[in-house]
Amino acid sequence: MSDNTHRMNRFDLMQRMVARLRHEEAVIGGIGHTNFDLWSAGHRPQNFYMLGSMGLAVPIALGVALAQPQRRVFALEGDGSILMQLGCLTTVATLRPRNLTILVMDNGSYQITGGQPTPAAGGADYVAIARGCGLANSVWAKDETDFERLVEESLVGEGPNLIGLKLDDQKPPTQTERDPAQIRDRFMRGLGVKKSKLPG
Amino acid sequence: MSQEWHEIVVEALKANDIRLIPYVPDNVLKPLIAAIHADPFFTAFTAAREEEAVGIVAGGAMAGMRGMVLMQTSGFATLANVLASLPCAYQIPVLLMVSERGTLGEFNTGQAAVWRTMRPTLEALGMEYHVITRLDECGFIVDRTVKQALLTQQPAALILSPLLTGGKISPVKARG
Repeated sequence: MSDNTHRMNRFDLMQRMVARLRHEEAVIGGIGHTNFDLWSAGHRPQNFYMLGSMGLAVPIALGVALAQPQRRVFALEGDGSILMQLGCLTTVATLRPRNLTILVMDNGSYQITGGQPTPAAGGADYVAIARGCGLANSVWAKDETDFERLVEESLVGEGPNLIGLKLDDQKPPTQTERDPAQIRDRFMRGLGVKKSKLPG
Repeated sequence: MSQEWHEIVVEALKANDIRLIPYVPDNVLKPLIAAIHADPFFTAFTAAREEEAVGIVAGGAMAGMRGMVLMQTSGFATLANVLASLPCAYQIPVLLMVSERGTLGEFNTGQAAVWRTMRPTLEALGMEYHVITRLDECGFIVDRTVKQALLTQQPAALILSPLLTGGKISPVKARG
């Protein structure tokens, strides 16, 4: 039986996570409310906010993790989004990037389009799916304190990891500024890849 | 003795430091895939979908590891949304190499039908693309397309014509 009955608030969880990032860890925010709450928790130069390409938070994070194996990388993905690209969990399990952690933000619905239930309403368990794909370090966070412990573990331990988060139905307090070229530019500077004399 | 097309491609990728190669396999690409796996310069692996591979190369490119996605024509046809909203919108030099199925002797009607969507999609996206038909032009086109994509921060596609690769021929004779 999954220990995932406690519903948590996404904005609260993002604040708790961001407060624990002390080494310029990269964070890839999936589309919609997932990255809105990352943004609302306070912009960091190492944050990347998706504005489309639903389902690609994990693949983008995997690319970053492979390119910079010394940097810890987090992929934040909604349940509807991960359903679009479940195959990527098998790729991560095969490549085993030790610096990658995936957060599945499971509110059971397409919240941004009106709260319609996802096709997983029949009882699909994302942590069980991830384990079945070969990601052995996959767990549901029991509560906020457990989430903080799992984030701390993922900052020092061997990945890849996946943390399942059961969410309430609260909406984000603010929306991400939608300027993709600027987001990419800031992210590349934040990762130390781009150097420019133009003010960042 | 002259080089094969896949040897020329490997040389151009290495010259431009293109290391990250996620792919969805294709018969015509087999010698290129084998050569890339045999060379420790590259990080090559299969992805479940071409969309996923585009995400991986986009992430790698932003983090300083250049890459290229290998696929066939039918795989390209799954990509319009992610190309528009990720490499095109964010200006990320995601490189695509497409083994061209569906033309010049295609035997599978599905492949022939999906082939007709490839150039209109690339045109609609405003993406730079080149079709490689000749061995003597292969190195120049790959090298210059890669360089332009990197320097202008734009995605680009390279289409490997059956005129270059021989394509995939019918396993059975035409009847009727």
